[in-house]
Amino acid sequence: MVIHVNGEQRELLNDIQTVSDLLNHFELADKKIIVELNANIVDSSQHEEITVQDGDRVELVHFVGGG
Amino acid sequence: MKERYSRQILFDGIGEEGQLKLQKKHVLIIGAGALGTGNAEILTRAGVGRITIVDRDYVEVSNLQRQQLYTERDANDRIPKAVAAQKRLREINPDIEVDGKIMDVTVEEIDRLVSNVDLIIDATDNFDIRFLINDVAQKYGVPWIYGGCVSSYGISFTVLPGETPCLNCLLETIPLGGATCDTVGVIAPAVQMVVAYQAAEAIKIFVEDFEAVRRKLVSFDLWKNEQSAIDVSRLKKEDCPSCGESPTYPYLSYENQTKTAVLCGRNTVQIRPPKKVNRDLNALVTQLEKQGGAIEQNPFLVSYHSENRRVVFFKDGRVLIHGMKDIVEAKKIYHQLLG
Ligand SMILES: [Zn+2]
Repeated sequence: MVIHVNGEQRELLNDIQTVSDLLNHFELADKKIIVELNANIVDSSQHEEITVQDGDRVELVHFVGGG
Repeated sequence: MKERYSRQILFDGIGEEGQLKLQKKHVLIIGAGALGTGNAEILTRAGVGRITIVDRDYVEVSNLQRQQLYTERDANDRIPKAVAAQKRLREINPDIEVDGKIMDVTVEEIDRLVSNVDLIIDATDNFDIRFLINDVAQKYGVPWIYGGCVSSYGISFTVLPGETPCLNCLLETIPLGGATCDTVGVIAPAVQMVVAYQAAEAIKIFVEDFEAVRRKLVSFDLWKNEQSAIDVSRLKKEDCPSCGESPTYPYLSYENQTKTAVLCGRNTVQIRPPKKVNRDLNALVTQLEKQGGAIEQNPFLVSYHSENRRVVFFKDGRVLIHGMKDIVEAKKIYHQLLG
């Protein structure tokens, strides 16, 4: 499966199915994060239900405290 | 005067009219670390009329890789960042008013700091203070610009009260641990990128070009070559306690404030007396001399070193206990030294 993550094409294994899987893959599962899938924000309560498909465009923005 | 700013006056978005507006504006920069020094230098050079920059810490050698207003001398002399920044900014542009304040910003100070301010730039390193900024900005209707960076990653968002969602809408709770501490380091280009986003937004707001203000939450990773922008407008919540229809500003209430804090990535505990004091540093030195150990003093603070432990006492009463993250242990040392 190929999806676009933050503007970059990423080839992903097919065992990644949900938004949660995707966040685990990118080691972002424990972060405060806003996920946008094909221009729609995904509610954090739905990360385990919403699936990602080949060709999807995903934006992942996590909050950091340093400055 | 005109010549100094000629290149940005030539720029369509600013012009002579914009330059005059800039000169009448007052910015509050909270934090004089990496983001704070970067923003302060740009806005000083741009001719923003009045800059207040606040910081609770002093310069250390490990700051010099990215905190652009400081020199090795400042680090060796442990000059408070607010003092070193004010000095350098005044050298860069004597035409504007620069006010550096050595201060740990909590709910007591922030109310005073925000009066007559046109914009707040967040250059802090933790979310406790950001939620405080978020509430006070809503209370007084002052725009503020969030910025954060760690490793090669950065993020920014502009909060316009009454228009955009606020930080509380986006986050709902204060994020804990991990992300705030610089255990993974940070590279200067990531800092500069966040500074560029923040300072550009600041200038748009000062020249009152609100249409140009970026409404999206932006982030980037300079090492992974990623960038992202998300329209978060639908996350604005009508029942948000900070920006909603009947706000309570929860982070401005006193019980939500901590008096001790573990400083981000510094392996240091800060202890702050319940009331502001004006510590007599000379008397303190006399007292510490009886206990042995090495003592250094400058007009702003006393540094005490004993048994691989360093304790720094500020004039405003705050104490930094280095080499630990344990608040209880830190309080013990504090009371041992000060009674
Ligand atoms: Zn809100």
